[in-house]
Amino acid sequence: MAVRLYLNNVGKSFTMHLQGGAVIPVVEKVEFSVNAGECVVLGGPSGAGKSSILKMIYGNYRCDDGQILVTVDEEIVNVASAEPRDVLRLRDNTIGYVSQFLRTIPRVSAEDVVAEPLIAQGAGEEEGLETARSLLARLNVPERLWTLPPATFSGGEQQRVNIARGFIAHYPILLLDEPTASLDAANRAVVVRLVQEKKEQGVAMVGILHDQDVREEIADRIIDVTSFSADVAA
Amino acid sequence: MSVFQSDDPLLQVRNVTRYYGDRIGCSEVSFDLWPGEVLAIVGESGSGKTTLLNCLSTRLAPTAGAIEYRMRDGSMRNLYQLTEAERRLLMRTDWGFVHQNAAEGLRMTVSAGANVGERLMAIGDRHYGKIRSTADDWLGRVEIESDRIDDDPRSFSGGMRQRLQIARNLVTRPRLVFMDEPTGGLDVSVQARLLDLLRRLVADLGLSVVIVTHDLAVARLLSHRIMVMRHGNVIESGLTDQVLDDPREPYTQLLVSSILQV
Repeated sequence: MAVRLYLNNVGKSFTMHLQGGAVIPVVEKVEFSVNAGECVVLGGPSGAGKSSILKMIYGNYRCDDGQILVTVDEEIVNVASAEPRDVLRLRDNTIGYVSQFLRTIPRVSAEDVVAEPLIAQGAGEEEGLETARSLLARLNVPERLWTLPPATFSGGEQQRVNIARGFIAHYPILLLDEPTASLDAANRAVVVRLVQEKKEQGVAMVGILHDQDVREEIADRIIDVTSFSADVAA
Repeated sequence: MSVFQSDDPLLQVRNVTRYYGDRIGCSEVSFDLWPGEVLAIVGESGSGKTTLLNCLSTRLAPTAGAIEYRMRDGSMRNLYQLTEAERRLLMRTDWGFVHQNAAEGLRMTVSAGANVGERLMAIGDRHYGKIRSTADDWLGRVEIESDRIDDDPRSFSGGMRQRLQIARNLVTRPRLVFMDEPTGGLDVSVQARLLDLLRRLVADLGLSVVIVTHDLAVARLLSHRIMVMRHGNVIESGLTDQVLDDPREPYTQLLVSSILQV
């Protein structure tokens, strides 16, 4: 199987200048790879650095040490040292991120929020909106909400809008940051099916999933993040 | 925000420095701006961000350093070696400048339609009917009702004036727009509408933008990349969400932690 993502000796700490320069180690010597069509779940207690690892892969957090290598067509890009515009290009076409929290934009409707990543990849507006509507329907977002901006939606509705936005486009690598947290059983099942469809399309996924049932259904491999704990090594 | 087709930068800034007497305005600033890229310059009052913006837009000559711009014919030209005629043509056609105070960017005693049409006439349009219909179209794009086309901007609210200023700037299809606190001094709801409008226009037209703001939420919503300035120096720069979510410098951490959570 083709390797899509490879983390090599990745390390990260935070220096909190407002707290007297305290250095908070997060992870070190993180090493794993993810193949096409595989879903790897990061395990370990809260605070072990799972989210930080996902955010480094997405270029949202800086990577202090090591390499984060991503396969793009025939090319290999190191996210850890990529220029901002290269990271943005990766986010348009290569790496998707499904998080729990929607950052709402004033006056943009739910269906437009969802369609945007697909349109950014070159789909027509009508195709984008149609796909968006079918995903919103699958995730049981009431149709009367589709043309409204999600700022006033309930937490659960916003979360489902964000999941639809995360799954709509075609990314060879998809990062799942607790997409099923606080969803009801029916919607959890929809997310599980969406993940399985992505797997069949050969998408490589890295996820954080606290829900035991969902994890068992979609994880091909579980990586214990505590083994990369900077405290242990120090 | 799908951008970045071109591999050639639109603007190349090298070691730009501006002194006011022996006081530093901005010091040794270097960066490249690519087509379709939005760069936010943030920092508090007096950090040098407006000085830098004025140097970039040829409104204030730098004491040292070089600024090169890719002309429409593809050639890179040093902005401070252009003739006055070339520089004025650039400012009237290929560039826009959106001021915080709309009155500085508008002619307050002529109609809204004329404010937009004037920039078209500057690039040689002479057909009155065509100019008026283009102006009307642009007023629509910035959500100003057609029946206000003959009113002058003195009768407009702050938010409307700002939208009119944006239409006036964008009507010539510029490639680079400078913005100085475009949402400053507006009510929050008016700000949100303006931001949404700017976000759409910038994406639809593929504009390159250098925007000065002290509002990190504005920077997050509009920009791809951010430069944090303090005491005239760029102290941190990078991808906008990376700098805001994982700030490295003490001053940036202070700025980010000072945002009120709503």
